[in-house]
Amino acid sequence: MLLREVEYAKPGSVAEALQLLAANEGARALAGGQTLVNVMKARAASPDMLVDLNGLEELRGVELAGDGTLTIGAMTTYTELMRSAEAKARPILGEVCATIADVQVRNRGTIGGNVCSNDPTNHLPPLMVAVGARMTIVGADGEREVPAEEFFLGVYLTAVGPGELLTRISVPAGKKDGFAAVTLGAEGTCICNAAATVNGSVRVALGCVDAVPVLVTADSAGGVADAVRAANLMPPSDVHASSAYRTHLAAVLATRAAEEATAR
Amino acid sequence: MDVTVTVNGETYEREVEPRKLLIHFLRDDLDLTGSHIGCDTGNCGACSVIVDGTLLKSCMLLAVQADGSSIETVEGLGEDGELTRLQRAFNEHHALQCGYCTPGMLMSATALLRENPSPSEDEIKKALQGNICRCTGYWNIVEAVKSVADA
Repeated sequence: MLLREVEYAKPGSVAEALQLLAANEGARALAGGQTLVNVMKARAASPDMLVDLNGLEELRGVELAGDGTLTIGAMTTYTELMRSAEAKARPILGEVCATIADVQVRNRGTIGGNVCSNDPTNHLPPLMVAVGARMTIVGADGEREVPAEEFFLGVYLTAVGPGELLTRISVPAGKKDGFAAVTLGAEGTCICNAAATVNGSVRVALGCVDAVPVLVTADSAGGVADAVRAANLMPPSDVHASSAYRTHLAAVLATRAAEEATAR
Repeated sequence: MDVTVTVNGETYEREVEPRKLLIHFLRDDLDLTGSHIGCDTGNCGACSVIVDGTLLKSCMLLAVQADGSSIETVEGLGEDGELTRLQRAFNEHHALQCGYCTPGMLMSATALLRENPSPSEDEIKKALQGNICRCTGYWNIVEAVKSVADA
């Protein structure tokens, strides 16, 4: 499919990318393009300019600090994260990335792109909320850090505003994590997912049940199902699952993720 | 915009519109029609090529993004008219019916075998997950790849 006419810019630095995004109202950042290029084919998005972030090495890579905090560059691909020795410090990250789409998409698609697109069926938004990630956003006014719980604002909408970029995600140390999902075929579109972290209490973030990940907490894995029911979820129905079925799955998957996290 | 790429060892320089996808550039501008367009939505993998050593779907990349890169397509697999071991195995194991998905399957399997010369059956299936065969002839495709995996 031929895309609508679009300008293309390949900035050499984050500062230049920010200038381009701020100076051109119809400009959009192009990360891996594994979603954006396809929605452009369908004309669901029609940016006037693509600001390609692929040349920006400063946005790539995974670093591990002495206290166990991981810093993931927004342009790090799923494959790079899966292969990163540093990222093994929080194993759930690579494990979940390995279940996203297929080899070709994982080779190009990025961690930043996944969270910034905030498709409710994506795996990384609930995972980032569960692990308590912090997102660094840079814009004309400088840098700010937003906790994952406040980063996801609506369907396809995040705290990254016009003229801004997500530059990195920091994930605190931890190992007791779990993830469970029901998808259309292995590693296909998600019907419902849940990410859990145990740190004293159990934190579970549910995906596909609302516009943004829904966070519930419980004292133990055994209490998670009741906590999910108490959240009075009203997920949408679609061709794949009714609202009632998604609600049922939410409690089941939250429990599975919490049990996996507890067992680690 | 000017784009210079090396495809299968040969350098090409062309003027392209930024909106042109890499698959269209390969097929329409360079006349390399071995890579196929199946779904055009990033699902089927018929357009898979190797860009600077990385397996990608060329319908989700702009041609201008490939500027300066080295691309391998199915046309470049064999040498001097000789098929590769993998290509011969596809023939011997009847790993193609209509053949539409074959260029993508070959590129994905080639990328796999470079990284992992002795993949298990499960690893082969996972590596080919991004390639859809509309004839559903997966069994023989996996058999063909398995047959060239180092024991």
